[in-house]
Amino acid sequence: MPIRAETRNGICHLAIEGEMTIYTAAELKSELAPHLSEPKTEIDLSGVSEMDSSGLQLLILAKRETSRHGRILHLAGHSQAVLDVLDICNMAAYFGDPLIISSNA
Amino acid sequence: MSINIDQALQTFIAEARELLEDMENSLLQLESSPEDAEIIGAIFRAAHTIKGSAGLFGLDQVVGFTHIVENVLDRVRDASIRIEGDLVALLLESRDHMTELVNVIADQGGQLDDAALGREQALRKRLHSYQGVQAGHAAVVVEPEIESSGGTVAGPDNWHLSLRFDREILKNGMDPISFFRYLETLGEIVSIVTLPDAMPPVEEMNAELCYLGFEINFKSDADKNTIASVFDFVRENSSIRILPPHSKVAEFIDLIKTLPEDEKRLGDILVTIGALTRQELDEGLNAQKNPDGSTAPLGEILIGQRSVEQEVVQAALDKQNQVRESKSKENKYVRVQADKLDELINLVGELVIAGAGANLLAQRANDSSLQETTSTMSRLVEEIRDGALKLRMVPIGDTFSRFQRVVRDVSKELGKDIDLVISGAETELDKTVVEKIGDPLMHLVRNAMDHGIESAEKRLAAGKPVKGMLKLNAYHDSGSIAIEISDDGGGLNRDRILQKGIERGLVQPNQILTDQEIYNLIFEAGFSTAEAVTNLSGRGVGMDVVKRNIVALRGTVDLESAAGQGTTIRIRLPLTLAIIDGFLVGVEKSSYVVPLDMVLECVELTESERQGMKERSYLNLRGEVLPLVPLRAHFEIEGSHAKRENVVVVQYAGQKAGLVVDELLGEFQTVIKPLGKLFSNLRGISGSTILGTGEVALILDVPSLVQQAANAEQKISQAN
Repeated sequence: MPIRAETRNGICHLAIEGEMTIYTAAELKSELAPHLSEPKTEIDLSGVSEMDSSGLQLLILAKRETSRHGRILHLAGHSQAVLDVLDICNMAAYFGDPLIISSNA
Repeated sequence: MSINIDQALQTFIAEARELLEDMENSLLQLESSPEDAEIIGAIFRAAHTIKGSAGLFGLDQVVGFTHIVENVLDRVRDASIRIEGDLVALLLESRDHMTELVNVIADQGGQLDDAALGREQALRKRLHSYQGVQAGHAAVVVEPEIESSGGTVAGPDNWHLSLRFDREILKNGMDPISFFRYLETLGEIVSIVTLPDAMPPVEEMNAELCYLGFEINFKSDADKNTIASVFDFVRENSSIRILPPHSKVAEFIDLIKTLPEDEKRLGDILVTIGALTRQELDEGLNAQKNPDGSTAPLGEILIGQRSVEQEVVQAALDKQNQVRESKSKENKYVRVQADKLDELINLVGELVIAGAGANLLAQRANDSSLQETTSTMSRLVEEIRDGALKLRMVPIGDTFSRFQRVVRDVSKELGKDIDLVISGAETELDKTVVEKIGDPLMHLVRNAMDHGIESAEKRLAAGKPVKGMLKLNAYHDSGSIAIEISDDGGGLNRDRILQKGIERGLVQPNQILTDQEIYNLIFEAGFSTAEAVTNLSGRGVGMDVVKRNIVALRGTVDLESAAGQGTTIRIRLPLTLAIIDGFLVGVEKSSYVVPLDMVLECVELTESERQGMKERSYLNLRGEVLPLVPLRAHFEIEGSHAKRENVVVVQYAGQKAGLVVDELLGEFQTVIKPLGKLFSNLRGISGSTILGTGEVALILDVPSLVQQAANAEQKISQAN
C-alpha cells in the first residue's frame, strides 16, 4: 500500500511512499480517489522517490476534484523529485502550497 | 498495462548501432571524396539522430559527447572547416567512442572504464580545437534577419511549442517531462504552462493515460528541425506545433483555433508566457472574425504573408519527407527477434522429419493416391523449409565492408599503403554463420596485412606496385560458401615452414609432403607461437585458433601461395547449420546420410572390382583413380558382406572419394542434430538425425572422409 492514511483533528493525512510514476499510477489513483471526498486533506509527499507526468497528473486531479467541491487539499513535505517536476512544469502556483526551495534548485 | 521502455531502449540501441555503422561507412567514403555534401549530410544526420533519441532516454553521456561531434560536423557542413585526413581520423575515433557509449548502455548498468573516460577527454579536447577554429568565422556568418511583411505585428523572439501528446505516451514508456529536460539542453525554457483541461472527472480518468497539454515559450538558437526532432518518437497521434521566433500573430491565432482548449483561455496563456502581447492577441482575434471584410480563410491569409512562411513551410515539407522516408523504410523491413526465427526453423525441421515419416508410410502402404498427397506435401514442406532458411540468410557484404575500416586503420598503423577490394558481397549465408565468421576473418585479414604484404621498399625492389592489395571474395560452391582472402604479398616461404615444422616435431625429417600440406602446417597448433612468427616470413599468431573456429562451423580452410605473388586463404563453410538435403545409404542395418550437395554419382561395384578391393582401396573410375572408403570397415560394422555393394562418389574441395556402402536408399531431407560433447572427437561423423521410422541415422562428415582417403592414397603412392 503506497498510501498511508489517518485522520487527525478532522484532517485526513495521506502519505505517499515510493514512486509516483506510470508504474504505480493506476494503483495510486484507486487508493487516492476515496479520500478526495474528505473536507480537508493533506498529502505528505516527503516519501516520493520518483515522479513523472502521470504522478503530476494525479496531484492535479486531486487538487481539481477537491477545489471543485469547495474542499481543501494541501500538499506538504515535497521531496526533491516532486519539486523538480513542479518546477519544470511550472505547476507550483497551481497547487499554491508553500514549498521549501532547496539551495541547488 | 503495456509498458515497454526496455523494448524502446532496445530499439534505440539497435538503431544507434546501425546509424554508427552508416556513419563509419560514410566517413570512409569521405576520405576519398571530401567535398561530397551528401555524405557530409548523412554523417551529420546520423550523429544528430543518435543525439536526439539518446536525449529521449535521458542518456546524458551519449548526448553530451555526440553534441560536440555534431557541432564539428555542423561546421563541416556549412564549409567552415575543411575535411582532411586528421579530421576524418578524429571523427572515426569519435564514432568508435560513441559505439562504446552505446555498448555501455546495452550492457545495462555498465560503466565506462577509466581508459575510455580518458579517451573521451582527449577526444573532447581535439574536437574542441575544431570548434575553436570556427569561432572566428562564426561572427561573420550572421543569419539574415527574417523580415515580417504581413500587416500584423511580428511575434516574440522565442520559439513557441504547443504540445498535446498522444494519450498513450506514458504507456509507451515515454514521459513528457523527459522531453522538457531534453529541450533544456537545446536552449532555455523561458516559461511553460501545463494544461490539465483535458482531464476527465475522477471516475472516468485513467491514471495511465496522459491528459496534460503544454504551452512552452522556448529560447534557443537551434533550427526547427532540431527542435522538431526532439518529438520524433511521439509524432504519431500527438499534436506537436512549433512556431518559430517572429511568427505571425495570425499563426498563433491559428494555433489557438486548432487546439482543443477554450480560445479565450489559450489566448490568455499565450499572453502569460509572453508569446503574444494582449494587444496583438485582441487585434489578431478581431482580424480573424472580420478580415477586412473579405472572407479569405485563415490558410490564405497565412500564405499571403510570405517571408517567414516559406521557411516554415519548407521545414515542414522536409520533415514530412523525412517521416515518409522512414515510414517506407519501416514498411520494407520487419524487425524480428532472432530466437523467434530460430524457433520457426526448429519447427520446420520437425515438420521435415514428420513429413519424411509420412512419406515412408505412404510408400509402405502402396496406396498411390496417398503417395501422391504426401509427395505434394513434401514438396510444400521443402519450399517452406527453403523459405524459412532464406529468412536467416544475409549477404556477407556487411561483414566485408566492416573490413574497410580495419584495413584503413591497420595499414596506417603499419605504414603500408593497402587497398581492399571486395567482390561477391551479395553472396548470402546463414546469419549464425556470418556472426561467427567475423573473428576468424579479422584475424586472417590482419595477418595478411601484417605478414603477407611487404613494405613499400620491398615491393618496389620486387617490381610490384607500391600499393598493396587485399581481396575479399565470396561465392557459392556446391552447397557451401567459399570465402577467399588473398593478398599480393610475398607469399609463404615453403622451406622455412617445412624446417620449422620439422623443428617442432610436426613433420618427420624424411617425410615427403606436398606444397599444400606444408602450407597447411601453419594451421597446426604448435606452429603459432610468437617466436615462430617473428622468425618466419609468413603468418602465425593464432592460425590454429582460426582453423578451430572454422572447423567448429563444419567448414574447412586451405591455403594457396606462390612465392613473390601472394597468398590466398580459402574458407569453405556450409550455407546453413540447421538442415541439409541428404542422400541416405545403408550398411548392414545402419543408415548414414551423405550431404547431397557433395554427391557426384553412384556406381555399382562389379564382382571383379569387389575382388580387387581386397588388395587395393581404389577404383578405376573412367580412367581416374578414385580412392575408396569402405564404410563397413571404417565404422567396424560386424556381419557378412552384402550381396551387392555400391560406391557413392563424393567430392569436396576439388577432391573425390568413393564411399562403399551396401544399399542406396535415396534422397532424404534432414535436420541436423548436433552430437553430444562425448562424440566430439569422432572422426567421420558430423551429426545425427532422426529418420521417419524413428531410427537414428548418422550424418557423414564427408570432408574428413575425403581427406582420409586422399591421405591413404598418397601414402600408397609414396610407398610405391
